[in-house]
Amino acid sequence: MSLAQEAAQVFTATNIRFLFQGLSLTLFIAFISIFLSTILGTLLAVMRNGKNPFFKLIASVYIEVVRNVPNLLWIFVVFLIFQVKSVPAGIISFTVFTTAALAEIIRGGLNGVPEGQTEAGKSQGFSDAQILTYIVLPQAVRKMLPAIISQFVTVIKDTSFLYSVIALQELFGNSQILMGQYFQVGQVFMIYGFVALIYFVINFAISQLSRKLQKSWANSLE
Amino acid sequence: MSPFALERWQAFFADFGQFANGFLYTLEISIGALLLAMILGVVFGSLSATRNKILRGISRVYVEVYQNTPLLIQFVVVYYGFPLLNKDLVISAFWTAIICVGLYHGAYIAEVIRSGIEGVPKGQTEAAESQGFTYGGTMRLIILPQAIRMIYPPLTNQVVNLIKNTSTVAIISGADLMFTAKSWSSMNVNYIPAFVGVGVLYFALCFPLATLARRMEEKNKNAYSVG
Repeated sequence: MSLAQEAAQVFTATNIRFLFQGLSLTLFIAFISIFLSTILGTLLAVMRNGKNPFFKLIASVYIEVVRNVPNLLWIFVVFLIFQVKSVPAGIISFTVFTTAALAEIIRGGLNGVPEGQTEAGKSQGFSDAQILTYIVLPQAVRKMLPAIISQFVTVIKDTSFLYSVIALQELFGNSQILMGQYFQVGQVFMIYGFVALIYFVINFAISQLSRKLQKSWANSLE
Repeated sequence: MSPFALERWQAFFADFGQFANGFLYTLEISIGALLLAMILGVVFGSLSATRNKILRGISRVYVEVYQNTPLLIQFVVVYYGFPLLNKDLVISAFWTAIICVGLYHGAYIAEVIRSGIEGVPKGQTEAAESQGFTYGGTMRLIILPQAIRMIYPPLTNQVVNLIKNTSTVAIISGADLMFTAKSWSSMNVNYIPAFVGVGVLYFALCFPLATLARRMEEKNKNAYSVG
């Protein structure tokens, strides 16, 4: 069988649709997890930076315990606790881990804004919440954006664990299922290559977007 | 029996030898992968800081390809795919982990080194050149000593990520810490001690490094802030 014939067998409309169904689950899990993690991560970052010793302790323990253990372990743990192989289990496990990672990134960004900005805000009669919303956060977001985006890319890549652990049919999972039907070496590698390419295109586009934003902000500051 | 019963923990400690072996396996692949990643990171990081467009391009392609595709795909291609190409290309899970994690984190370390070098203000290079320093001399005497302080904290964080990512080998059944937890717990229907115990061992490896990285970062911030 020629390479073209092999390719024609692999890249049928049905197969491509099947892979893109996987992709949509990958993106769904990744985006929901990232959205929840950003909110919870900001909360933890503010708690760890704050003055209340109790909240500070809780936030510190959560962040350090969660981020110093592999993400894969949290997928196992969430699955074992909830005993369900489901999309919500996948979202929970990624939110647990990503919240801790984002909390540290966000805290670094908040601490990177000079103290004088807060003092200036106070002298103008801003409340603590107003200083955070109007003065500190907008500046901090610019500083931490590259790290946040690279964490987003990590989440999209790491959702590929979900098939092996809880059998979710995300992009990697569907590629493995598809591979079970093809036995020619060339066809197996076509599927590997095609799936890697899909991940690459999406993640590369996201990374480039962050680079563009950084550049335009750098220019606007000058 | 309650999931927190004492017997469950006794069973875990009775088989602790298996977990110790898993810990050693994780440690070995981490060290192997780190060596490979450091070599690749320094080489490609330096290439991306040169003035040669082709060398910079090669380095860019390496970094982007590895940073933007899942580590697990690289694992399955090497472990399951390569033997299909050639019967002699059978690579053990152990070496698959070292090669794949090394290549993957090499790309991240290259980026850390590149941004460290680029973080040193251009004026430093210009000043050195105006004083008649060669390119090599400028790098060695002026740029790198300043860049290295900016490189250490993110580099240490990369080591933490590398250790955590070696757990990917559990999916291709390499007998690391994660795989030991998975297989032992399902064989003995005893989950909590296995996952808590393994979590503690990973934490013992990663937490000191992550803390070191944070301390260095804080120290840098104070060293460079004005006033």
